[in-house]
Amino acid sequence: MSLAPGTAPRRRLDGLAEADIAQATGLYQVLREDGSCDEGELGPELTPLKLLEIYRGMLVIRVMDERLLALQRQGRIGFYGEARGQEASVIGSAAATRPDDWILPALREAGAGIFRGMPLSAYIAQIFGTGDDPCKGRQMPCHPGWRGANYVPMSSCIATQLPHAVGVAWGMKIEGKGRVCLGYIGDGGTSEEDFHVAMNFAGVYQLPLVIVCQNNQWAISTPQQRQTAAETIALKGLGYGLPSFRCDGNDVLAVYSTVAAAVARARAGGGASFVETLTYRMGAHSSSDDPTRYRDEGITEAWKQKDPLLRMRRYLEHKRLLDPARDAELAVEIEAEVRAAVAAQEAAPPPPVESIIEDVFAEPPAHLREQLATYLSERE
Amino acid sequence: MPVIQYREALNQAMSEEMERDPSVFLMGEEVGHYQGAYKVSQGMLQRFGDKRVVDTPIVETGFAGVGVGAAMTGLRPIIEFMTFNFSLVAIDQVINNAAKILQMSGGQFKVPIVFRGAGGAAGQLGAQHSQSLESYYVHCPGLKVVMPSTPYDAKGLLKTAIRDDNPVVFIESELLYGSSGEVPDGEYLIPFGVADVKRVGEHCTIVAYSKMVGLAEAAADKLAAEGVSVEIVDPRTLRPLDLDTIVASVKKTGRCVVVQEGWPLCGMASELAFQIQEAAFSWLDAPVARVTNEDVSSPYAKNLEALVMPNPDKVIEAVRKVMYLDAPVADRGEA
Repeated sequence: MSLAPGTAPRRRLDGLAEADIAQATGLYQVLREDGSCDEGELGPELTPLKLLEIYRGMLVIRVMDERLLALQRQGRIGFYGEARGQEASVIGSAAATRPDDWILPALREAGAGIFRGMPLSAYIAQIFGTGDDPCKGRQMPCHPGWRGANYVPMSSCIATQLPHAVGVAWGMKIEGKGRVCLGYIGDGGTSEEDFHVAMNFAGVYQLPLVIVCQNNQWAISTPQQRQTAAETIALKGLGYGLPSFRCDGNDVLAVYSTVAAAVARARAGGGASFVETLTYRMGAHSSSDDPTRYRDEGITEAWKQKDPLLRMRRYLEHKRLLDPARDAELAVEIEAEVRAAVAAQEAAPPPPVESIIEDVFAEPPAHLREQLATYLSERE
Repeated sequence: MPVIQYREALNQAMSEEMERDPSVFLMGEEVGHYQGAYKVSQGMLQRFGDKRVVDTPIVETGFAGVGVGAAMTGLRPIIEFMTFNFSLVAIDQVINNAAKILQMSGGQFKVPIVFRGAGGAAGQLGAQHSQSLESYYVHCPGLKVVMPSTPYDAKGLLKTAIRDDNPVVFIESELLYGSSGEVPDGEYLIPFGVADVKRVGEHCTIVAYSKMVGLAEAAADKLAAEGVSVEIVDPRTLRPLDLDTIVASVKKTGRCVVVQEGWPLCGMASELAFQIQEAAFSWLDAPVARVTNEDVSSPYAKNLEALVMPNPDKVIEAVRKVMYLDAPVADRGEA
């Protein structure tokens, strides 16, 4: 029997139900764009306090990014990459973890690290590369790391963090304390070998791992359609035997619910999952990029109407947990904290010269110690 | 003293360390049920179970990267590359990640990991199976690189590698797996950065490591018959490098030949020759000579491969050259 392309009968595979495909191709939403929602979709842990904490985490990203991008434009920092428009994806997923879980971020998840306890001052110190930077001035801006929150510095090599996330989850499984690893990737990163490798290992080893793809639809100038011919990114997970879900990445409660369910399954020994959060990069790829040269900014304007902060704010106002005056106050508080941290870092000393030989190896090798001693004696 | 094979020495090192420290585990292609592509992990799956001797899907960047993540959590992975030729698939994980995470994180995340497996040519395996890639790794700060030449060194150095808090690239030799040597019962460690004088001599120093030590010894035997006394220094670890022992030998003999499998440009032999002349220029009676592979990818045909590889006669020719001896034309390996 020969069939014309596209006429093959749909066959249901053993163990793969229509529901699995529906979860990977649909778009799970909790909050409607007007901020209303079906409360039955929300878990009991989403108390008013937690909801406000989530909103504040999103607002921190927005305010901080606006301020730091302005500093870059003024030439006070060399580079910045903002997460504008993706606040719900970042915070909704991070809020589903425990403080002792691990995060292996991609490019735009610094807000997740801050939400889980990385001090804003440490994040800003990293951007300035001062002596206060926990990473000791070793990395370009927006590559923070904070051991206290098990938040690993992002790798500039796209997707290499996902095999690490599998390895961290392996460590968590061996440790047996119910900890979970959350690994992030962007839509562009799903073309990388390391994405496929990690998804494959995650399926084979049944690990306490959740891989979140923030699909912001643009990899610098490459749109999703030129990145993959797959109908959705979540569908890729099914091929690796992973429960896979697609949700509205601008709906923080949908992201939270989806990731929380995946985290709970991972914690209980049920293995890894894959989540695609469909969102939109409202800004440029980074301060070195100008999207007006390659994308229709009319579409960007349309997405601005789907602003995740706006939606959550409307919801909280419906619930009478927030009003415009309190919202403005919150933003002022956060901006003051950012400005204070920036002022402190602009005045902070640079990393000491002596630190250049640290951490190349766990112990500085003899030749570097000798070179440093020579340098220091000649400087005197 | 018991005489065991190089592969058994490696097996003992891993097994002893896994007994001693529950955070150590072995991961790679065919390491478990198949007992290792070269039987280095023979019996280990049965002894330690499948959570500590872990078979993987076939993708080097996968198990290398998984090892890096596991190491960040405090485990001590031993990642086996079936051969180092295939480590190139994973080189992004080794050089861009394993080697840099400690430094990039300001010391917050350590990566204590061993990448081990066979390097070098093993006889008529062609261009993609016959490479010596140690200089790729030695080049990179953050990695230690170890290349043992005997079963004794292999065991003592691998145990040290597993306990090291840094990423260690541990390159074995396919042709040495079946070689035998004395290995004492009981525990011993060989520190990194300590060269071993494999043979004491007076007239010329040969620096060689891994499989090339055997070539140097064959050359030294023939030269001894002609009254030329050769000293052989095996650095054992290429990073950190024990330059002091090498230079002390060169200052004694005044002449030096470096033998290295692999290509000549930017190879370990070039680096050694540079460092030796920098430290011992006034003691040298001749420029440092190198014996390396010829500057082509390894061919399959037996006669052509022999032409490309270092051999004892090429080493002898190099020793004669630095000693300004009238040399007979060396056997260039043409069949």
